[in-house]
Amino acid sequence: MTVASDRHRGRKPGAHIAVTGVSHRFRRNATYALTNVEFEIQPCEAVALVGRSGCGKSTLLHIMSGLTAPTKGEIRLDGALVKGPSPECVVMFQQPHLFPWMTVAQSVGLGLKFAGRPKKEIEARVQELLALVELDGYEKRNVQELSGGQQQRVALARSLAVHPEVLFLDEPFSALDLVTRRALQQDVRRIASEIGITLVIVTHDIPEAVTMADRAIVMAPNPGRIFDIVPIDLDDADRSERSAAAQAAQERLQKSFEGASGRSVELAAARQAGVETLRLAAAGQH
Amino acid sequence: MSAEAIDGAALAQFESEARARKVGDASRGAGFALIGLAVLLAVWWVGGKIIADNPATANFAGFAPAPTFEKLWEMLRSGFAWRMTWPSLMRIGAGLAWAIAIGVPMGIVIGRFRAAREASSVPFQFLRMISPLAWMPIAVLAFPSWDRAIIFLIGVAAVWPILFSTAHGFRRIDPAWFKVGRNLGARPWHMLFTIIMPAIAQDALAGIRLAVGVAWIVLVPAEFLGVTSGLGYSINDARDALEYDRLAATVVIIGVIGFSLDWICERAIRKASWAREE
Repeated sequence: MTVASDRHRGRKPGAHIAVTGVSHRFRRNATYALTNVEFEIQPCEAVALVGRSGCGKSTLLHIMSGLTAPTKGEIRLDGALVKGPSPECVVMFQQPHLFPWMTVAQSVGLGLKFAGRPKKEIEARVQELLALVELDGYEKRNVQELSGGQQQRVALARSLAVHPEVLFLDEPFSALDLVTRRALQQDVRRIASEIGITLVIVTHDIPEAVTMADRAIVMAPNPGRIFDIVPIDLDDADRSERSAAAQAAQERLQKSFEGASGRSVELAAARQAGVETLRLAAAGQH
Repeated sequence: MSAEAIDGAALAQFESEARARKVGDASRGAGFALIGLAVLLAVWWVGGKIIADNPATANFAGFAPAPTFEKLWEMLRSGFAWRMTWPSLMRIGAGLAWAIAIGVPMGIVIGRFRAAREASSVPFQFLRMISPLAWMPIAVLAFPSWDRAIIFLIGVAAVWPILFSTAHGFRRIDPAWFKVGRNLGARPWHMLFTIIMPAIAQDALAGIRLAVGVAWIVLVPAEFLGVTSGLGYSINDARDALEYDRLAATVVIIGVIGFSLDWICERAIRKASWAREE
């Protein structure tokens, strides 16, 4: 850990992640949740782990972040073996999990307080982070007074305050409404590339993966494994709009996603056609 | 972002209205409290009158409100009231301190470890059901002074609500909070003081409030034995001296202090509670 601390003082942007031979089995469970998963993530890259529920993507994220120890295999962060959770790689969950007795400022400064940083430094850093997530002026508010989207912004600021090298997101916006979700997806991607950290997003939402990730790792269930790796080569401008390029990327990813789920592409096409019919009917009524 | 921004003026107005509503509720509550108190005094006054008018019970006329308050005033002025209250408060404080020092950590352990919870459940429920006063002979044998025996009895009475409330509070902790804590680099003491303690404070204090009530009730009979100070002793002493006005005045003091202790606990709970009403 000392090596890592020295490194982050030098502000080397984003860590390289190597996942090698990871298999995982939950206690008392015969089947493997993950089998022989192997891939690499480059520094500052944004990668989405995509798949239906039960494919082990969330388990994989817990293992990569050090919150869960894998049954077999190892994770290396810039070559250093991950042995447990640390502020180097922070996780944001579906719920913000803020501590309800804290103010916004206390929440954001929590990791720095744990690290024993001086009060002045914490205050300055909190200001910096609140500006970054556009919550200036909310320092003294109790976190329960905020909306769901604002709470996730506080959780984001809390995660980033400790100068992490990797940010893991475990379906972090799925509890939010569409508008808030879209805004946060774009903000997180922008912030991550601005401050230079590696981003790993677990999601089952294809548009979310396309908006946020440079690459999608598609996972299949029973047992959990990598099914496909789909690059998402898009300019940031193309991601935010419903551009043809984004649509194409979504379709590519959707195909792979359905292949991984064992659902036939024809069926999906038929469903898509059904949706089109409905859309046309709706348009006809207006 | 603008969709989420709250209009400052509207919020201020909303808050001031909420405050006004609160003030209204408070004054209405105080009004009803005064009515209740007046009823209590009236019943007391009527009872005193019946006792005084009956020749068979006229000796007990000191129980009526007028002589009682006269005596109470005198006791307050002479400092006698304070001299007999202080030892009782010290005993309550010491007994509660022991109960908290034992009950809160044990409650955390029981809340945290299922094995501890299951192993302790039957013995604790068994011990809890024994009246603390039943321990009196054992306490007297076990402790070198009467004072310590009384503190022990108060502690035995007070420890259970604190222990069970704390354990209950711990089990309500969102497990994800520990995950977040570990992820942000919390050491074990950070977990305890920054996460666990604030999380359980409300429940632990609710337990302490119950404990204060039980302890205050146990105190008076416990002070019937051995000691020559305190409110319990004073009650016994007044009875032996046939000073019924002093007895009634002491009862008033016991009630007022018990009420105040409960009020302090309630304020503390309100301060420690973080759950917002929706």
